[in-house]
Formats: sequence, C-alpha cells, structure tokens
Amino acid sequence: MFYREAGDFSTTYPQDSQTFPIRFDRYRYYLVLAVAIFVLPFVMDDYLVNSIFLPFLIYAIAAIGLNILTGYCGQVSLGTGGFMAVGAYSCYKLMTAFPDVNIFFHVILSGGITALVGTAFGLPSLRIKGFYLAVATLAAQFFLVWLFNKVSWFYNYSASGQINAPERTVFGVEVTGPNTEAWATYLFCLVFTIASAVIARNLTRGSMGRQWMAIRDMDIAAEIIGVNPLKSKLTAFAVSSFFVGISGALFFAVYLGAVEVGEVFGIQKSFLVLFMIIIGGLGSIFGAFAGAAFLVVLPVVLKVVGVDIFGWPTDIVAHFQLVIVGGLIIVFLIAEPHGLAQLWRLAKEKLRLWPFPH
Amino acid sequence: MKMKFGTMAVAAVMAASPVMADLVFPSLSYRTGPFAAGGIPFADGYADYFTLLNERDGGIGGVMTRVPECETGYNTEKGVECYESTKGEGALVYQPLSTGITYQLIPKATADDIPVHSMGYGRTSAKNGAVFSHIFNYPANYWDGASGAINYLLETNGGDLAGKKIALIYHNSAFGKEPIRTLEGLAEKYGFSLIELAVDHPGQEQKSQWLQIRRERPDFVLMWGWGVMNQVAIQEAANIRYPMENFIGIWWSGSENDVLPAGDAATGYKALTFHGVGRDFPIYEDMQKYVMDAGLAAGAGDQMGTVLYNRGVYAAMLAAEAAKTAQEIHGVADITSGMMRDGMEALVITEAKMEELGMPNFGPEFAVSCENHGGDALIGMTQWDAATQTWTLISDYKPTDGDIINPLIEEDSMAYAAEAGIEPRC
Repeated sequence: MFYREAGDFSTTYPQDSQTFPIRFDRYRYYLVLAVAIFVLPFVMDDYLVNSIFLPFLIYAIAAIGLNILTGYCGQVSLGTGGFMAVGAYSCYKLMTAFPDVNIFFHVILSGGITALVGTAFGLPSLRIKGFYLAVATLAAQFFLVWLFNKVSWFYNYSASGQINAPERTVFGVEVTGPNTEAWATYLFCLVFTIASAVIARNLTRGSMGRQWMAIRDMDIAAEIIGVNPLKSKLTAFAVSSFFVGISGALFFAVYLGAVEVGEVFGIQKSFLVLFMIIIGGLGSIFGAFAGAAFLVVLPVVLKVVGVDIFGWPTDIVAHFQLVIVGGLIIVFLIAEPHGLAQLWRLAKEKLRLWPFPH
Repeated sequence: MKMKFGTMAVAAVMAASPVMADLVFPSLSYRTGPFAAGGIPFADGYADYFTLLNERDGGIGGVMTRVPECETGYNTEKGVECYESTKGEGALVYQPLSTGITYQLIPKATADDIPVHSMGYGRTSAKNGAVFSHIFNYPANYWDGASGAINYLLETNGGDLAGKKIALIYHNSAFGKEPIRTLEGLAEKYGFSLIELAVDHPGQEQKSQWLQIRRERPDFVLMWGWGVMNQVAIQEAANIRYPMENFIGIWWSGSENDVLPAGDAATGYKALTFHGVGRDFPIYEDMQKYVMDAGLAAGAGDQMGTVLYNRGVYAAMLAAEAAKTAQEIHGVADITSGMMRDGMEALVITEAKMEELGMPNFGPEFAVSCENHGGDALIGMTQWDAATQTWTLISDYKPTDGDIINPLIEEDSMAYAAEAGIEPRC
C-alpha cells in the first residue's frame, strides 16, 4: 500500500534519477524536513537541544563522513576523533584570528582544513589495507591529540590548554557562546546537517560514489576497468574528513563551547562514530542518522526512565545503560548485520505489500 | 492492570515534577567510570551533610534541602546533559568536581545566573570575582597548592631551595597543567630547577616517567594526579625506592584510595589539603545518629571519615553556610540562585562558626568578597601512615605566595575578560 511505484510515471530523465523516485517516499522526506525546519524550532528548549538534538545532528554529520570512507569506499578508519579535533581547533584558531568573519564560513573552512589533513593521513591507504590501515589511522588519532595538547599555539597559549568558543552571530543572532537561544543553535546545526546529507547522498549516487564502491567491492577489478585507486581513495579521505571536520567544529563551537582535546576527542570518540555507522548501516546515509540517533538518544532515554521516573540510584542506572546499550548492539548485529538501515529497507518492502502479502 | 499503570504514571509524574519549596543542591557525581573511586566518597559526603541538616535541623532556615544526583562519569557531554536537566529544578549552586565540566559551565552558568563552586579545582583565575561573577573557588586553588608545597619545602629545608631539583609529575590535561606557570615563577624566585613529566590519561602507564625520575634524581617530586594515576605513581615510587617523605601530592592525590594499594611502602607520603582529616569531629556523632543509624546514608554508607568524604562534607557545609548568609541578606527563606550567589560572595568562615557546627579546625578561616572569590589561600599538609591507616595533619593551614600568584591571576582573568568581552565589576 505504501511505497508503491504503481502510477508514478517519470517523463523526463531528471525525474527518473531523483533521490527519492517513489512519490510516497518523496513526500515523507519533505514532511520530515518541514517538521525539522518549521515545527521543531518552536518547541526547542535548552534541555532538548543540548541533550538530544545538537549531539544527534552533529554526530550524524560525523557518521555521514565516516560512512563515506568506511561504508562506501571500504577504508576502515579509527582516526575520526582526531579529525574532529582538527575541525575544532581550526575553528577555534579561525574564530580568534578573524573575529569579523562570519562563523558560518569558519565552520566550512575548518572542514576544508580537515580535508587537507585527512588526505595527508590517507596516503598510506594506497599501500596498506584492512587492519593495517586501521592501525595507521589509529596513529593519526593519537598523533593529532598529542599535537593539540603539546603545541600551545593551537590553544593560544592559555594556562590550562582548554579552548573556549567566543560569542559569534549569524544574521545578528548568537549561535556560539553562553547566551545562545536553543532554536538558533538548533537551526544552525540543522542547516549543516541537511546540506551534508544532501551533498553526501548526491556524491555517492554519482560517478565518484560509484568509483568508491568499486574500490570497496574489489580494488584490483576496479583498477582493471579503469578506476584510478589513487584518486578515488584520496577523494574518499578528503570528502570524509571534510564532513568530520565540520562536525568537530560544530561540536566545539556550538555544542560544548569549551573543549579539552584528550577528554573530548579521544579514541572513544572514534569508536563511538564507528559504532554509529555499524549499527546504523554501512554504506547508507539514512544509516548514519539512524546510528547517531540510536547512540545519542537511547542513553538519555534510559537515564530519564531509570532516574527520573523510577528513582533508581544513579550509579545503577549508569551501569544498566552500559548493559542495555551493549546488549542491544549485540542483538542488532546478530539479528540484522546490515544495521538499522536494512531494517528500514525491509520495513519498506513489507509496507509496500501490506495488507496483501503474497 | 490498567489501574496499576495509571497509579504508576501518577507516581512517575509526582516523582518527576519539582517541588518548588525546596532548596536544591544538585550533585553532578560520578559513581562510575575511571574516577569513581574518588567520586563516590565525595558524592556521599555531599549528600549526607544535607540529609543531616534535614533530619536534625529541619533544613536550612526552615526550608528543607534536596540533593538530586546526576551521573556524569567524569564525561563533559554527560555533564552538559546533567546541567541542563537539573537547572530547571531551581538549582542553587553547582559543584561539578571535574575541571572539564567546570570550564564548560563557567560561561553557561554565568548566563543562567547560577553560581558554580569549584572547590580546589577548575579555573584558578576564577578567584578574580571582578571578572568571574558567578564562579567561586574558595578556600584554595591549584596555584595556592603549588605555592603551598614549595613553602612547605622551604620551611623544612631551612628556607633555601637554591640548586635543588623538583620534578612535577602531572595528568596531561587542563587540570594537570594548571600549576606549571606558578612553579616556573617560583623556580625563578627560589633558584630551583623544575622537571615537568606529563602522564597521559588515565595514567596507568608511567614506567618511562619514573625511569626519568630515577635517572635525574630530583630532590622532591610533586604530583598533580587523579584517579588511577595516583595509585600507579605511588606504587612506581615505591618500586624505585624513592623516599616517600620527599613525594608530595596535590589534594586530589591524597586519599586512602591512592595509598592503600602500595601497602606499607606508602608510609610517609604527603599530600596537600585545605580541610581536616579523620572522623574525630563532633559533627560525625550527629552524622552517625541521624543519618547512618537511621539508614539514610547515601551510597553504601561506609565512607564516613575518609579524606574525600570529608571534602564532600566540607563542600556541603560551605554551600549550606552560603545559603544561610543569603537568607540573612535577602530576608527570605526560599532563596533563588541569584541570592545564593550574593550569599557566597558575602560568606565568612571563622573558627567560632566551625566550632558551632561541630567541625572545629576543619578548614582554614576565610572571607569572600567581590574582588576575591578564592578565599585567603591557606594550605595545610597531611602525611600517610600505613601502619595505622590514617592521614595526619602535619602542618597547619599556612599562607601562600601572593606575590607570584596574584599577578598570574590578574593576567589570566583579564585575558579571559578580553576574550569573552566582560567588563570587570569591582
């Protein structure tokens, strides 16, 4: 009944190759966008935005970035935390060095700087694969964190090595610093998330994405049919790091406001984003969103249910959180190794036949 | 079944909705994670003191207190979530017990008009109340700690440290880096040389640092550590037979958790402090009677009298006294967070007051003012005895070197003021 292509005719090529070719799917997508842009900002409060929506949107960008590298191009990376740190520290240096430039451009430039750094660390991927590449990116993770801790130029020589986001505005509305309104920070991040998702989706549908997937599926065969591994691997690293850098910049400037590199962008962050794309679904933009939502929202929900509603001791709830989230991850991986995105695909198939399955 | 669900929902709503007539002191605790061993006793002490006030005195000024707890796991992101979820309940003051979360809350809490009390941690230059209107770090900060340690060494070495080597082994984070500037200034003043040894989080691996200590043979070792790093460092010091009495930790490196694993070898280890140790205070009789015996203790109830439990009690006592001061200033019992801030800024702790509270000589005397949010910087020294398993106060609360510290505080706070666009208040 739902998601049926029956009666949905394409008369032009653009119609045929659009992102959501099925009409129902397209309207559903517009509805989600409309709710996110026109309804949610009016119901935002400090709690919702800081505990759920900002981390969800920002992690979604990071997951999209990593998904391009790992899910589409098949290059395993454990350096996400380090690349997010590059985005955060570039954003801080740009914000303090050029206070008159709009924060919007700073965030994009931070993404660009991270893309350069990511490409440099992507060079070993031309020679090594799989676990060995994972170890090389792990080295990037540790090196970058060490660098931002060691060289005081990156944190403007402050005594403690912390970086703090100064107040910056977009169209006269504050989006960083302590006096922000919930809806403003939400919309600012939402713009970046939507743009990232649209760009990533279209890149992966185009020739570049096909090259990445060819490399992922079998790099030697891809090379033989004329895919340039140097170009496609390095573009994957660059594009992926660009998104990860943007998420790092937003994470620091808009969400946390103060960052200490070892604590915030440590190895746990790399694993967290990797888990997001594994649970969400490798090679799927929707999977990046689903994984981010799963790992951001679930702990908060468990905490609210356990502490606020049942009144259990906080430490018991914290331990249960680990148990439940860990258990669910195992269940998901056994029941559906292709992640939440595959569940969604199956659900769509079922809904298409409902209520008269064969 | 339906009925049951209905009652449950009602109970849930009642439990979740804030009772406005309470004085709310949220506790951002960490009973899990790498620093749980330090977080548990502090959180227990903080909660138990308020329970005692409720049970014995009927709250503060006739208004009951409430301590909603929120688990941060020492993680800044969870800290943000905790702050946002508790601030709506009418939170009076935050004590995050984490330098990272404190840095996060400095601008946020100031904007929300809620004071933060970072007692012996956080941003040292918050002592300058003219710039940091809502941040308090009395009675002592890390720079006082650094100076206090050097003063103690001067005192025990005939006032001369020229040509001596002092090593600083520190947690490689905002917290651990704090004392470096002060120590550099002091090294120049007294002519000793400073060796800096960074230990990466969480600090389980310190072989290379202690090898360097063994090679360079510093006369004294100072430590800025927290959590598992302390235990490892003390064990390593014992392994290389470093003389324990020349090894001094900051107050976060001086609890029972840190010295017990090294056994007898830890005897003689010293740690700085700004509050009393042990359970030999009259208040603990009341605590036993009204809280422990009544089964109202927070956590497992087995922490009474440990160093970090005392620190939690001390933090709670200072918060309660500030609330009393606020009630006196504004003439209302049910104070708001803004009034609490005024109370903290007018707080005066005297020996007579502590005596009256059943905590004689529990901490130094100090007074807070608009310019000075950091108290009078009096630092004591404790020493561990493994045979009796007790910490003893071996040096009374003594003043620190304001000539070195005050210009640094001025410089750092003014840099923050310029960065954040703050106009000094007083």
